Amino acid sequence: MKFYGTELSSRLMLGTAQYDSPAILADAVKAAQAGVVTVSLRRESAGAQAGQAFWSLIQSLDVPVLPNTAGCHGVREAVTTAQMARDVFGTNWIKLEVIGQGDLLQPDVFGLVEATRILTEDGFQVFPYTTEDLVVAERLLRAGAEVLMPWGAPIGSGRGLNNLFGLRALRGHFPDVPMVVDAGIGKPSHAAAAFELGYDAVLINTAVAKAGDPAQMAKAFRLACEAGLAGYAADPMEERDMAVPSTPTLGLARSLGGEML
Amino acid sequence: MQITVNDEPREVHARTLGAILDELGYGKARVATALNGFFVPATQRSLKAVDEGAVLEILAPMQGG
Repeated sequence: MKFYGTELSSRLMLGTAQYDSPAILADAVKAAQAGVVTVSLRRESAGAQAGQAFWSLIQSLDVPVLPNTAGCHGVREAVTTAQMARDVFGTNWIKLEVIGQGDLLQPDVFGLVEATRILTEDGFQVFPYTTEDLVVAERLLRAGAEVLMPWGAPIGSGRGLNNLFGLRALRGHFPDVPMVVDAGIGKPSHAAAAFELGYDAVLINTAVAKAGDPAQMAKAFRLACEAGLAGYAADPMEERDMAVPSTPTLGLARSLGGEML
Repeated sequence: MQITVNDEPREVHARTLGAILDELGYGKARVATALNGFFVPATQRSLKAVDEGAVLEILAPMQGG
């Protein structure tokens, strides 16, 4: 599976925020065998070395980075942040967030489409953080996005896949577009469910960073991603409303007092 | 001259963005810059003039989700 022509080593993308220490972050990235890690930009005063130390750590992990525009609430802010991220991280990839609603950190899909167009024309390869809305997805693709990142649930909520119907419809409507379920995944089973819907990758942060044992949870997510992907590839059976016996009924010993139902 | 750096008032003597970064102590740190709300690439800092009252943003790599 490729993003903008780049083959990923793993379908599990991992955020780097909220870990209790750099060492715990590094252990989690290794345990996840993450294919991509997300990074960001923040103000730092001269002399403070946290940003430089963080960047050295990320480079040592040798995993492709996907910078984000987290915290941006407008098109101009998001575009400028993306330009600054490209200058620092040296990649045209940008996870584009344009937040429109504070309580749910819901994407401003109108601004998202506009920013996607501007950034694509400027040579960026945009990963828009969006909703499962089909029409918005269509507009994002027309604006130049070649990957979509619909949310599973609000960022950091851990609620899993809130709208299974919508996510299934989106997947079915754009079968050839690489799609990542981003945000809201709280448990490994949620990640497996995303792959079982046919999604290509998942992006997880809080669920790993805030687990009691982040490295163990990262490993659990890796296994869940593998299981979900393999299960989808194996073509699962159709759901039924009624029971169908799995053990053959032919040759049952009726003389033992059993009744035909 | 007086400028604003990451929302803090600062007194600087240099007149170009590159020299101001050096003066403020950023040295060779990996940072991104925006002047008066507009992105300035690292390659253009040495020639970018900065005027009195300018608003400078200096961003560094940080953890992100």
